[in-house]
Amino acid sequence: MSAGVQQAAVTRERGLRLLREMLRIRCFEDACVRLYGELKIRGFLHLCNGEEAVAVGTMQALEPTDAVVSTYREHGHALARGLSMNALMAEMFGRESGSSHGRGGSMHIFDAGKLFYGGNAIVGGGLPLSLGVALAQKLQGRKSVTACLFGDGAVAEGEFHESLNLAALWRLPVLFLCENNLYAMGTAIERAESQLDLPAKVRPYGVEAQAVDGMDVFAVEDASRAAVARMRGGAGPALLELRTYRFRGHSMFDAQLYRDKAEVEAWQKKGPLITLTARLKAEGLLSEDDFQRLEREARNEVAAAVEFAEQAPWEPVGQLERFVYAERPHA
Amino acid sequence: MPELLASGAARAARSAAPQALAAPAHMSYREAAREGLRAALQADARVFLMGEDVGRYGGCYAVTKGLLQEFGPERIRDTPLSESAFVGAGIGAAVAGLRPIVEIMTVNFSLLALDQILNNAATLCHMSGGQVNVPVVIRMATGAGRQLAAQHSHSLEGWYAHIPGLRVVTPATIDDARFMLAAALACPDPVLLFEHIFLYNMEGELSPSLAAVDIDHAAVRRSGRDLVLITYGGSLHKCLAAAEQLAAQGIEAEVLDLRTLRPLDDAAIMAAVRRTHRAVIVDEGWRSGSIAAEVSTRIMEQAFYDLDAPVARVCTVEVPVPYPKHLEDAALPSPERIVQAAQQLMSSGGPP
Repeated sequence: MSAGVQQAAVTRERGLRLLREMLRIRCFEDACVRLYGELKIRGFLHLCNGEEAVAVGTMQALEPTDAVVSTYREHGHALARGLSMNALMAEMFGRESGSSHGRGGSMHIFDAGKLFYGGNAIVGGGLPLSLGVALAQKLQGRKSVTACLFGDGAVAEGEFHESLNLAALWRLPVLFLCENNLYAMGTAIERAESQLDLPAKVRPYGVEAQAVDGMDVFAVEDASRAAVARMRGGAGPALLELRTYRFRGHSMFDAQLYRDKAEVEAWQKKGPLITLTARLKAEGLLSEDDFQRLEREARNEVAAAVEFAEQAPWEPVGQLERFVYAERPHA
Repeated sequence: MPELLASGAARAARSAAPQALAAPAHMSYREAAREGLRAALQADARVFLMGEDVGRYGGCYAVTKGLLQEFGPERIRDTPLSESAFVGAGIGAAVAGLRPIVEIMTVNFSLLALDQILNNAATLCHMSGGQVNVPVVIRMATGAGRQLAAQHSHSLEGWYAHIPGLRVVTPATIDDARFMLAAALACPDPVLLFEHIFLYNMEGELSPSLAAVDIDHAAVRRSGRDLVLITYGGSLHKCLAAAEQLAAQGIEAEVLDLRTLRPLDDAAIMAAVRRTHRAVIVDEGWRSGSIAAEVSTRIMEQAFYDLDAPVARVCTVEVPVPYPKHLEDAALPSPERIVQAAQQLMSSGGPP
């Protein structure tokens, strides 16, 4: 599916680095499930179990000067982008030490310093935003790109089509990353899209597009790096369809009546962590001890983040009306 | 009441001053708005303008005529008819360090970008815990009166003023048309700037030596001891005309121009009520849930015992704006309706 993309060598160093990042995300999400049951996390909670290779593979291709616009299923993107896990977990708890001062919660993770612009919870709403960030990069003469993540559900939104057209028309350096997990909440993609071949759908806009195995972190990283390299060389926007699957429900309120257990189980067997671990072991790049160590480290990091969040302060109610208008002096 | 210089506007004023001095003293509202745009584009390389037909066409209302030739296509950007995409792009560019001016041809089309305005421009600052500011200015034409029928005659500025995180301004004079933009650009928050379609051809004098205005204060446009007409935007001139008619009948009406609908200048509103003890609010929005309703409620909350009569409202009648001239005229606030409301108010209540 990734024909034409330069394959980078799979080394032990690379394999362990990617596996470590993916394990951090999986452990974080699993902890969120438990904490939701304990009522520590409330509201909508959208987990990315099964989609870790997309988060880690795409973020590998970006420099700190590149920007990211994400969705409400963004914990993995944020962790892979390098946001503090402590700040992320405190945000889940709604604490003042959270990445958005506790004001956003699970769906609105921001880090302006890391150019991570949400955490956008209106499907398709982040795409126009990404155009503007990329336009600023271009007008300021930078070589940066903006990575814009969204799900397959967003493809049905008008904002998707407006944004693809305008990005191509103005040759904006936006890397559109469609995380196709086959369901827009409970609506299967074949019940929502007249054309299931997403690259074929967007190519007429003048956007270079390609489908990638979103369960293979190496394929995701290679394709992302190749697209970013072309865009830094002056090519217009590109789109990657990252074919993946969501192992858990859409949110914590999902009885999953719209899909068979057998289908979920079949995808779990193709899961990004299982396949990566098996491949690295088969190629002699990873031992069971290595795996155990990485998993233990991830669990310890998550446990420390939970402890941090537990101890983090609540914002005083007296500050309720903060963050409606700018507080910093205007440059 | 003189328009006050805010500190942010003062900085903009310094850079805008040379253009202000060079501009002809007599100009149309349209020309004043164009001079404001030119000055902003000259003063700050981060400023650019985008929207439908702002470039080659010269703007639907000819406000941006000539700007493409002067500033080039990088800074005067014609967009496709994709309101959500280009408004969102303006928001994103503001987040990433530029100072975009986005023109939506009319408020009627802003509904196609409402998701971006409400869910992004107004909320990014809050959702990010104050990390992200959105210094975008979104200009649009508003209002009825040209027989454009139900889909092209909205006055939704009061509706936008419902939303925390936005600032809403309504320049109604030549001075404000010329200088409010600079103050809006100097503001770190998203500012929606509404220009009433009936004002573009209005001509007047630019105040000599004025170099900046603020977007924080209402302004008294006419003094009068008997009652206050509280209004904004295109209705200001209907109120001034009504005040003339009332003066001929011996009723002296103060006219207060709100200028900014969010945040409202409560102090100026209450001061006017305390001076006159009677208030008529004139608003081209529909009556229910209007900015007039908000102003009325604030007067009730803050100046109830200063009133000699219940607050009155002259708003658009609650019907989609009809096409025929006689029906459209009947639906909209008019000097006649304002005079009538003022007369009724003067004959009711009051100290024994």
